[in-house]
Amino acid sequence: MARAGESVAPVQPAAAADTGRARGARLVGALLAALLVALWLLPAWVPYFYVFVATRILLMGLFAASFNLIFGYGGMLSFGHAAFFGAGAYTSALVLLHFGWPLLAVVAAAMVVSALLAWAIGAFCVRLDEVYFAMLTLAFGMMVYAIIHQWRSLTNGSDGIAGFPLGNLGLGLDLQLADPAVYYRVVLVVVAVAAFVLYRIVRSPFGLLLAAIRQNGERVAFCGVDVRRHRLIAFVIAGLFAGLAGALFAPFNRVANPDMVHWTQSAQPVLMTILGGSGYFLGPFFGAAIFVLLETWITTWTEHWMLFLGIVLAVLVIFFRRGIFGTILDRFARRQ
Amino acid sequence: MQGILAALLNSLEIGLLLFVIAVGLNIVFGVLNVINFAHGGLYMLGAYFTYTVVAYLGLPFWPALVLAPLAVAVIAVALERLVLRQVYGRDVSDSLLVTFALLLVIDDAVRVAWGSGIHVVAPPPSLRGTVDLFGITYPVYSFFVMGAALVAMLALWLFFVRTRAGRIVRAAAIDRRMAEGIGIDVPRVITGVFALGAWMAGAAGVVAAPIRAIAPGMGDRVIIDAFIVVVIGGLGSFPGTLLGALVLGLIYGFGGRYLPQINLVLPYLGMALVLLLRPRGLMGKGAA
Amino acid sequence: MSEAAALLSVRGLSKRFGGVRAVDRVDLDVAPRETVALIGPNGAGKTTFYNLLSGRMQPSAGSVVFGGRDVTGLPPHRISRLGISRSFQITNIFPELTARENVEVALTALHGKALRLFSRAAGDRALHDEARALLERLGLGSLAEARAGTLSYGDKRLLEIAIVLATRPRLVLLDEPTAGMTPEETRGVVELVRQLARTGEYTFLITEHDMEVVFGLADRIVVMHRGAVLAQGSVDEIRASREVREAYLGEPDD
Repeated sequence: MARAGESVAPVQPAAAADTGRARGARLVGALLAALLVALWLLPAWVPYFYVFVATRILLMGLFAASFNLIFGYGGMLSFGHAAFFGAGAYTSALVLLHFGWPLLAVVAAAMVVSALLAWAIGAFCVRLDEVYFAMLTLAFGMMVYAIIHQWRSLTNGSDGIAGFPLGNLGLGLDLQLADPAVYYRVVLVVVAVAAFVLYRIVRSPFGLLLAAIRQNGERVAFCGVDVRRHRLIAFVIAGLFAGLAGALFAPFNRVANPDMVHWTQSAQPVLMTILGGSGYFLGPFFGAAIFVLLETWITTWTEHWMLFLGIVLAVLVIFFRRGIFGTILDRFARRQ
Repeated sequence: MQGILAALLNSLEIGLLLFVIAVGLNIVFGVLNVINFAHGGLYMLGAYFTYTVVAYLGLPFWPALVLAPLAVAVIAVALERLVLRQVYGRDVSDSLLVTFALLLVIDDAVRVAWGSGIHVVAPPPSLRGTVDLFGITYPVYSFFVMGAALVAMLALWLFFVRTRAGRIVRAAAIDRRMAEGIGIDVPRVITGVFALGAWMAGAAGVVAAPIRAIAPGMGDRVIIDAFIVVVIGGLGSFPGTLLGALVLGLIYGFGGRYLPQINLVLPYLGMALVLLLRPRGLMGKGAA
Repeated sequence: MSEAAALLSVRGLSKRFGGVRAVDRVDLDVAPRETVALIGPNGAGKTTFYNLLSGRMQPSAGSVVFGGRDVTGLPPHRISRLGISRSFQITNIFPELTARENVEVALTALHGKALRLFSRAAGDRALHDEARALLERLGLGSLAEARAGTLSYGDKRLLEIAIVLATRPRLVLLDEPTAGMTPEETRGVVELVRQLARTGEYTFLITEHDMEVVFGLADRIVVMHRGAVLAQGSVDEIRASREVREAYLGEPDD
């Protein structure tokens, strides 16, 4: 599994590294394929409750993976990523409520909106370094929260938007989206495709430069790259995928409300990514799975989920900076 | 005319209180190079401790002004020693993540300790009531808030400019390694500065307790405001913090009165405007 | 030398920090294919001068004309694209990437592929070959797949030179390239620069403290002192200059 910006086999003769890497990649590919098949078949095996949980994991995983593009790969810590998730959710809810478009069209519209929002916010933030960036993203995220709260005529304020009907998927496919198992499978396909696209971006020349910028932004500038523009594009891509996750989340959640844009919501992809490991592409997805399962379990015996979240985050950052996934992989690699 | 005067006084009250909060944040940043996300939580603890002192211990308001900030500072020092210190020398992101984690913890810990409801503290008897000023009626306590903030500002200025300890802090803020080189105990300075920032946040919380609803989430609002202040004024600039606080106070004071439909968004618009023209804030440490 | 012939033409370049003139009204011309050594005691302003040339800092006054084009105050990435590339005093590489990937970062930018989102970086054979060839040229061929952070200090500095060369500059600014290197490594760098200079593709501006390197490479020497140009001339002229001896080497004339 390729680490962000790092080759798999550090100091080995080239030939052995190549076959070792190729073998590793095939193994991972096979595992992933098996996983996807298992996930597809999930509704046949488990009660609906777990189908809901799985849907949630997939969407939050995509949300977290979009965050990790700018954090783990790009070195930009954003505390306002929920703004784009929420923008996607609200666009989705509003379009479904007022226009009743097919879901794929709705999702496309939501992605456009969140990308534009990411462009607007990113233009301010990427100019500045880490500390300012973290503050500003939090502030702008809360600005979106404030706008949603106050623009009652559009967003219904704190009550949120509910009761939007879910039509059909689009592309001429006749699917019963109201059926949780069907919706889950649609989400699975979309998230898998989105993850694949995101992975391609990360392994592209753009992704290489992004990783380089994280390690030494100044050096990259001196190689002739407009670092600010590069960061902005990464920020917009991240916002776009977060919007996608949000757009699919709104119908799943049955309501779009301002809490989706609050900074506590922005904390979730941060925590999931750290939990899973920011240096690995699948880290955020694993982090999302652990997070959602933990939350589902913990909220049954306490409502003080945030307290627990904070403690876990602090412990992870201090002791397990590579994440649970990362720490396991490290042990595995060291033993080899 | 009276409307404008009232709005102006409101702006001053809000602005000066915000200054006290934001300057603590800025000082900590100057020395640690970290934005303490939990700063708003410390302010909130100051307010809650005031409630505890008044409602549970049955003491009047004034002892709270002494006890509560001290308690907040003690907690902050504990957090700095136990938690924050673990991530010094690492990537700045790690420190930001840790203070963010502390924010989450404090936010919910408050719910655990005091419940989710709203608590109220009355102003001390000597400061209740109103004064008539140029045709408007204005609460006495508000003047106390402004006065207390001005006293704090003066004390802080004197500390940094006139005392040896203040000069040491400034040296450590400018160049930590050089400060170590000339024998300054930097870890102790860091802890001291953190305690000072926390003390100020806590004291602001005490002063604000009688005029704000003491409820979970009051820290969130404040930390965002503090961010806006330091962004507008410029990170690392003392006069900038004052300027930023007053600007934000004006936005709240006048915006709340004349543009209520968008008053929640106005501060962010102001911030965005400043960033467009001067990305480092009105008086921030400029880029080369 | 007429201004028209010069590749780099600096006039009155200054940088003030508060009351201090770190760079003080420097005039300098560098002809194409020259190797100019910039020497001077620590604090003479050499690195600040580089920062001004490469766009890392904004000048307080003066102008920089490169290849007939005014580049004063342009941002670093624009200046790099126009053909000026520099190495740093503190080695500046990408520690988590392999040596080959380090060079590929520069090559990706050079070939305009920075915004290619959907092609596979790993599949670009031509780019890999180009990177490996460049590493070979610097004697780092066997370390191409090593993580840059694990390289020895000397190899890291060579890697940075590789990155600099990968941007296909016309003017190369080397900031103390042999600092901290073993004598053998130093000889290697001197030979490398000599070879590169001979190809006629590059013009070099080198700051150095090692006088042997300077005398071995320079066509011309420029001496800086307290931010200003104290003297410039051929190697022999500078060697013979009393002014330079007193200011720089601190010895009285024999």
